[in-house]
Amino acid sequence: MADQLDGVDRRRFLSGAALGAAGIVVGREADAQASSPVHSHDDEHQTVPSDIALRVKALESLLIEKGIVQSSALDEIVQTYEHRIGPRNGARVVARAWTDPAYKRHLMVDGSAAIAELGYAGGQGEHMVVVENTPKVHNMVVCTLCSCYPWPTLGLPPAWYKSSGYRSRAVIDPRGVLREFGVDVPEDVEVRVWDSTADIRYLVLPQRPDGTEGMSAEALAELVTRDSMIGVGLVHAPAGGRP
Amino acid sequence: MNGIHDMGGMHGMGPIGHDPDQPVFREPWEGRVWALNRATGPYGRGVWKNFRFELEQIPPSEYLRMPYYERWFTVLVNRLLRSRYITEEELASGRADPSAPTPALPPPPPPVPGAMPGATRLNLPIHAGYRAGQQVRAKNIHPQGHIRLPRYVRGKHGVITKDHGVWALQDTTLAGELVGGPQHLYTVRFAARELWGAAASPRDSVFIDAWEDYLERA
Repeated sequence: MADQLDGVDRRRFLSGAALGAAGIVVGREADAQASSPVHSHDDEHQTVPSDIALRVKALESLLIEKGIVQSSALDEIVQTYEHRIGPRNGARVVARAWTDPAYKRHLMVDGSAAIAELGYAGGQGEHMVVVENTPKVHNMVVCTLCSCYPWPTLGLPPAWYKSSGYRSRAVIDPRGVLREFGVDVPEDVEVRVWDSTADIRYLVLPQRPDGTEGMSAEALAELVTRDSMIGVGLVHAPAGGRP
Repeated sequence: MNGIHDMGGMHGMGPIGHDPDQPVFREPWEGRVWALNRATGPYGRGVWKNFRFELEQIPPSEYLRMPYYERWFTVLVNRLLRSRYITEEELASGRADPSAPTPALPPPPPPVPGAMPGATRLNLPIHAGYRAGQQVRAKNIHPQGHIRLPRYVRGKHGVITKDHGVWALQDTTLAGELVGGPQHLYTVRFAARELWGAAASPRDSVFIDAWEDYLERA
């Protein structure tokens, strides 16, 4: 029964999508739809820029009018993930681990609890595992099946992390990918790739660069990049030596 | 399902497009799609199917063409139509039909046994079939529904490195119904050479997180 319902819904959706401001074609009936009259409707709109932006706008207006969402609530969600939840959080975790051996021990044993201690917790960060880069081991993180990523510490993933190129290659050619990112891992260093296939989320603890002795945790956090906590970048000492 | 989403190890999938300073939303509509998915969540609780299952229903050619958040938009529209929160006519016009009923929140789903606040792990006394250090093989299975066992490890030997306790399996049938039950989740290490052959570095390895159902004794 579920199968039948799904089939009916899919056809209903297809016709709806085709009637909409244009061309979301989902379903194996896509080809059959291509010659239908509704598609000539799409063609009239081909010159309209950023079709997807218009379709999103139309859906948002509709859902606001129906009382399902509020514009201000949507603004708040966007701003939270653009400005408040992002890699600066993870950078503070890394800098604390570099400067506080007891904190680092806690972080490596129970990542979730140690990270929550700094105030970073919530969805997609409930179960954190921190993996440490050393002179002998280089870790990098991928989600080959989709886009799993530790939101409370790194925010939402950048587009490249979700690209087909990264997802396909990170597991079969990690050293090649790392070279493209400017990271040359010596032959005698072990590369460990973490494919986030379930609900565990991974954060890389990068190596603290030489020449940063005596720097405060706050100053160190400024050096830590998003890339270094995914494991596709290294952290560098400030140019021109110690600040 | 052996779908296009399961792309670990494929060749020719295009450039990575790395940009160290890439913003999380490259264009405003991407942020709106993200927010719409979050904000409509309460309307789907206990009603909508597994999000990843729905993403994987997008046909391969469309999946590859679409920017990431267009996939999310596609799933959201599909869900709203299926739940009758909106109609095709409303979607086409962008205006609510005044005669349409006001969408109502679904009743809260029953509590999940073993659920803990702030956790997705479950507090259930379930026996662990494997322990850290044990040799295992990823099963050579190809179910048509949603599954979190990537194709590139199926049939390959690995070693359990950690038992993460009990978690709800998120696999589905072809129709999107959840299957399986709570069970232990393990991290499994696969040598790069076991996965990719002699061209891979003898030092390197890939770790995945695998539910007990995905594994067998080696």
